Amino acid sequence: MREKILYALGLAGALLLLRNLYVILLQLPDESAQGAIYRIIFFHVPSWFTCFTGFFVAGVSSILYLVKKKPVYDTFAVATVEVGLVFTIIGLITGMIWARIIWGIWWTWDARLTWAFITCLIYAGYLMLRGAIDEATARARYAAVLCIFAFTSVVITFKAIEWWRTQHPGPVLSIRTRGGNMDPAMESMLYLNWLALMLISAVLTAVRMNQEGVLRQVEGLRRQVHASS
Amino acid sequence: MFFRHSLAVAMKDLRSEFRTKESLNAAFAFAAMILVLFSFVVDVGDSEILYSMSGGVLWMTFLFSGALILNRSFAREQPNDCLDALLASPLSGSALWLGKALANFVMLLAVELFALPLFGALYNLTWTRSLGWLAVVLVLGAWGIAVVGTMFSALTVNLRLRELMLPTLIYPMLIPLLMGAIRLTTILISGQPITGDDWIWFRLLVGFDIIFTSLALLLVEVVLLG
Repeated sequence: MREKILYALGLAGALLLLRNLYVILLQLPDESAQGAIYRIIFFHVPSWFTCFTGFFVAGVSSILYLVKKKPVYDTFAVATVEVGLVFTIIGLITGMIWARIIWGIWWTWDARLTWAFITCLIYAGYLMLRGAIDEATARARYAAVLCIFAFTSVVITFKAIEWWRTQHPGPVLSIRTRGGNMDPAMESMLYLNWLALMLISAVLTAVRMNQEGVLRQVEGLRRQVHASS
Repeated sequence: MFFRHSLAVAMKDLRSEFRTKESLNAAFAFAAMILVLFSFVVDVGDSEILYSMSGGVLWMTFLFSGALILNRSFAREQPNDCLDALLASPLSGSALWLGKALANFVMLLAVELFALPLFGALYNLTWTRSLGWLAVVLVLGAWGIAVVGTMFSALTVNLRLRELMLPTLIYPMLIPLLMGAIRLTTILISGQPITGDDWIWFRLLVGFDIIFTSLALLLVEVVLLG
């Protein structure tokens, strides 16, 4: 049953993505100032939203782990961080492609970009830290602490365009500008694509959680074998 | 009581450090080495470039040599299971952490006080033009590094590749602090006043110190005791 729900969710995400691609590529017109390349925003911004959501959930889940000490919260945190990190990298790469076309350079060290990169490094460090600890409860505990620390960097990345004068474009969505910056058709497209990415990342997270569960079973079996032999 | 405990831990760490000088000597030598290496990175004849890079050079020096001090902080307690003894004592985990952070803070300041005049002498720069503010920035920066570094020193003490994991984890975490400290240090060493836009960096330093000190005090018991 669980698997079927997962397949259904994945299928829904994939279909929505296909439908979105059709609208993005064939129905929406070019943007007046940027031309065709603006379409990358439909993946760039939703990717960042998805990864921020993932890191936020991972942070909450880490706090819950420290409070309740249930392994499932740790599993949830590592799964969401891994999926979030993938979307961080997608966000960085789509941003770089856009920058190459619009700014003429792949990268610039302004506050938003720098902090996005730092966030990526910190969460990569989180996964490295997990790899360096053998004992499961110590790993979960240390990783949870790091995950809470790491979230500060997500907040800074998100707010960087307000706190510093950055080369990165300012807020365009109406939730932050109170409207007027973006055509409603384009804006709703952006949210729809976020929904598609969220569906897909939910499936990925669930799959990754299954893997962690199996991993824990294998570790338990191995310990049993060691104990009995 | 809490602060007396922390102070006792800090004094213990400092005393054992000043007797053996195992990490301080290494940190001083390493700081000097980095300063020498930087002479190949920058054009040492151009004092304008030197001034504009001074903050960066200095904080990289503090950060790299500081990692040596932070690595030793909890590793020092490993032989003879000293850490277990400390945890079994009436000390609270956060008092232990605060004590160690204080000791690291003092040692980081020592590294700064060593590296700064050396930097000035080696690169022929006048760095004393606004000493008061410079001291404030150095103190705030050192405290930030000590807070995050001590926390992660506790976290990485039992790991394989400890010496590698600590910098990998703390450097990205410290970047907000470093950006502010580097910018302000460059301004102050060049003898300019801190103006309008740059006060945000100052607020950033203070905010970073407050946020991470409270986060660490909250979470350190979890790391140390489970």
